[in-house]
Amino acid sequence: MSVKRFRGLLLLPLLLLGGCNLVLLDPSGDVARQQSDIMITTTIIVALIIVPVLIAIGIVAWRYRASNQRAKYDPEWDHSPQLELVVWAVPLLIIIAVGAVSWIGTHQVDPFRPLDRIAPGKPVAADVKPLEVDVVSLRWKWLFLYPQYGVATVNELAAPIDRPIRFKLTADTMMDSFFVPALAGQIYTMPGMQTVLHGVINKPGEYRGFSANFSGSGFTDMRFRFHGLSAQDFDQWVAKVRAAGGDLDRAAYDQLRQPSRDAPVHYYAKFDAGLYDRILNLCVDPGETCKSQMMAADAKGGEAMQDPHGHDPHAMSMPAAAPQPLSAPAAPAH
Amino acid sequence: MLEAMPHRAAIWNFLFGRLTFHSFPFLNADTEGRILLVTFFVVVIVGLAIFAAITKYRKWGYLWREWFTSVDHKKLGIMYMILGTVMLLRGFSDAIMMRAQQAYAFGPHMGYLPPEHYNQIFSAHGAIMIFFVGMAYIVGLMNYIMPLQIGSRDVAFPYLNNLSFWFTCGGALMFMTSLFLGDFSMAGWLGYPPVSELQQGPGVDYYIWGLQLSGVGTLLTGINFVVTILKMRAPGMTLMKMPVFTWTTLATSGLIIATFPVLTATLFLLGLDRYVGTHFFTNGFGGNLMMYINLIWVWGHPEVYILILPLFGVFSEIVPTFSGKPLFAYSSMVYATIAIMILSYLVWLHHFFTMGSGADVNSFFSLTTMMISIPTGVKIFNWLFTMYRGRVRYTVPMLWTMGFLFTFTIGGMTGVMLSVAPADFLLHNSLFLIAHFHNVIIGGVVFGVFAAVNFWFPKAFGFKLDEFWGKATFWFWLIGFWVAFGPLYILGLMGVTRRLSHFEDPSLQPYFIVAAFGAFLIALGILSFIIQIYVSIVRRKQYAVGGDPWDGRTLEWSTTSPPPDYNYAFIPMVRHRDAWATMKKLGFTRPRDGFNDIHMPKNTAMGIVVGALSFACAFGLVWYIWWLAAASLLGVVIASIVHSFNYHQHHHIPADEVRRFESGGPQAAAQGASA
Repeated sequence: MSVKRFRGLLLLPLLLLGGCNLVLLDPSGDVARQQSDIMITTTIIVALIIVPVLIAIGIVAWRYRASNQRAKYDPEWDHSPQLELVVWAVPLLIIIAVGAVSWIGTHQVDPFRPLDRIAPGKPVAADVKPLEVDVVSLRWKWLFLYPQYGVATVNELAAPIDRPIRFKLTADTMMDSFFVPALAGQIYTMPGMQTVLHGVINKPGEYRGFSANFSGSGFTDMRFRFHGLSAQDFDQWVAKVRAAGGDLDRAAYDQLRQPSRDAPVHYYAKFDAGLYDRILNLCVDPGETCKSQMMAADAKGGEAMQDPHGHDPHAMSMPAAAPQPLSAPAAPAH
Repeated sequence: MLEAMPHRAAIWNFLFGRLTFHSFPFLNADTEGRILLVTFFVVVIVGLAIFAAITKYRKWGYLWREWFTSVDHKKLGIMYMILGTVMLLRGFSDAIMMRAQQAYAFGPHMGYLPPEHYNQIFSAHGAIMIFFVGMAYIVGLMNYIMPLQIGSRDVAFPYLNNLSFWFTCGGALMFMTSLFLGDFSMAGWLGYPPVSELQQGPGVDYYIWGLQLSGVGTLLTGINFVVTILKMRAPGMTLMKMPVFTWTTLATSGLIIATFPVLTATLFLLGLDRYVGTHFFTNGFGGNLMMYINLIWVWGHPEVYILILPLFGVFSEIVPTFSGKPLFAYSSMVYATIAIMILSYLVWLHHFFTMGSGADVNSFFSLTTMMISIPTGVKIFNWLFTMYRGRVRYTVPMLWTMGFLFTFTIGGMTGVMLSVAPADFLLHNSLFLIAHFHNVIIGGVVFGVFAAVNFWFPKAFGFKLDEFWGKATFWFWLIGFWVAFGPLYILGLMGVTRRLSHFEDPSLQPYFIVAAFGAFLIALGILSFIIQIYVSIVRRKQYAVGGDPWDGRTLEWSTTSPPPDYNYAFIPMVRHRDAWATMKKLGFTRPRDGFNDIHMPKNTAMGIVVGALSFACAFGLVWYIWWLAAASLLGVVIASIVHSFNYHQHHHIPADEVRRFESGGPQAAAQGASA
């Protein structure tokens, strides 16, 4: 791939800076790698104009310095239709090229779009089901629910390599951004709303994950480890989580959602079915009306519901996904 | 909803709202308290020294008559520049504290700032630098230069101009008060909910009401400037003969008028959520935080161009002057300015591609964002071709311009990288983003302001600024900028996100130490600037210049330095673009006779009175002192009504006095010395 060769070129000067780990230029997940390739491609296209311009500024500035009496001085020259055409056309052409790359890329690695490949030239096999992970950002830790396995973890995430992962994400109170730089781009998590992210990890290893959106006092410690594991190791990891015991029921979740900093890794062998949907619909506490029910009632004219907070049939809020079977497509946040 | 009041007798709560002895954070015996205590003492000592000096030299009356109550656009412009410089010192202190914390807080070391304090610092740094440094500087420049450039004697609404300044000052004072009384917002410079809704205490309320005051001031300024440019240009100056700086002032003022009401409304809604328990931005109950983020960026992105456009105008004046030839492709420059102005409304969503808006929406905003780089690129080319076949004199303003061209162009490149939506999913909120926007704001706005100050200072004060210290300032800033933000670009590519107060990975530390050293170099740059001003004042006789020290091209260089109160004894007739360059070529001499009385606006104390009352109202609202808020709001209304019945708002400068100044005054000898 030509991009690969360019990547080497681009990395070369940066490596001189001390062999730092520029994860965004060399990620280990196919989605992040595509995003990184797009970043490198567009940078090279833009550099096609920026570099000559920088050189030209230097040359012109030096050549036409006041002390250089040999350079031509033309105090009346202030326009040239041909040059002006070039001056508008060249940036326009560059932007058309970059814009095309961006347009195609934006659709290709749209976080809502299910993956059709796990690596260049390796399409997703027809019988492979993506790993489902429901993500909840809490104050200030990450809760990961694995509905296919019935286990849950805090501040630790694992996935088998080369298997597509489908994250559904929401937040308890704050707005965070779920980001594993090596895996795939980031996506916001917001209370009462759901976002979706697809990704795949191609190399086994331990990767950094964190919140990339400021969410208050404990934000700085809101990190987690992401383990890319072989299929076998992943099964062992699930067994380890299950063996650690612990039940994430409503009481445990209430405990968990209390603000805390630098929370340790914690495993749960099982969790309440429907917990994620109740978090998403802001009705974890007993007696709370789920947003999905309130909206369904509002859609019928609001008569069906006697809501103590008052209902508004013209509410401008975004529709959250109603509690539904996991196989149904989730409603995106828009 | 309103927070609970302190437990004490109702009368105290009535008198002082929620203000108690515990509201003074510098009385706390922790690190934060000690830092604030030292700062407090420094501020008190400096404040007392200034107060004593003014009293000793009996300058209160002078300050009041000649400056505080002045409606002269030139004096207001200078006061804005002073306000901007004072706030730069505050905003930069925040920056130094952040760099020190991030260079130190690794592994077992938690740094010297707890997150709550660190979060206030980065919130204050951003908001102050944008609203009270950047905005104060550009409004100051536009105030001083634009009326001179269009051959006018003042702005359209001189009283409003004074009022705008005091509103801005009131807002700045709110921010400064939060340092010693209560706390400040911890919600970032844009106050995103839910952080801004959940924070207890007066911090976010300071933020809201401080910005409301300055926002109103800025809006009034925008209206004032648009009317001035459209109605008060010298005869013959058609729109396409206006200097480019005036064009960019017009574009920026248009942007202000269209966007600042959005800011006011958004902060008002946030205020309602905090004060009366509405749910505009709380998820659930029909509200949505995404609405706030959209609204604040509908204001916020045009704001970026409000800041940079006037500086594009500054460079468009400096490059032709020091190249000794007209600006290349004037019309292209004007159309590029208008294109940027319009496009800047269509890009706000690129600040949150990662919100999950979907591929079509993201693609649209990605494309509009990239399109802005076309007119911006055209401008860079035009400056380049202005220098081409010129005789470029590398004075201090021109040095800043060269620094701008290199730095800003690279910032533009990283900006296009961020505008590519798929790449932004990786780079969003990273230190790469931080490096990018400092690259364009320091490389564009700050460098531009320094270029402008060095360029127009002789016009405003009649003497040039010291060259040596000017060059020292430039090199410290240029090198300091790259040393401070180069590492941040690299850290961004390493996947390090913004606003962290503590790090685990020790391999990152060297980069932060280098960045902190860069900030130290910038500190030397700021120090050099202060020395430059001081040295120049001391040597003002030696550095004295005439009306046209740079061989200027636009009208402001045709009058004396400093210009008289009335700017022009006769309003000039304009026949060409670079009006003054043409007048010089045609052998223009200043008329020595035939003067008339000049009709000028009179000073008024109403601006500072209304400004003070508005500050009191905002202060009352922050601390729940309702009687104070109500009484001062009533005071504002009464003062405004009283002012509208004041029929003595004008006076005449007698023709004799004009003649004395124009022919025999102290500045007359220096008239058009180099013309």
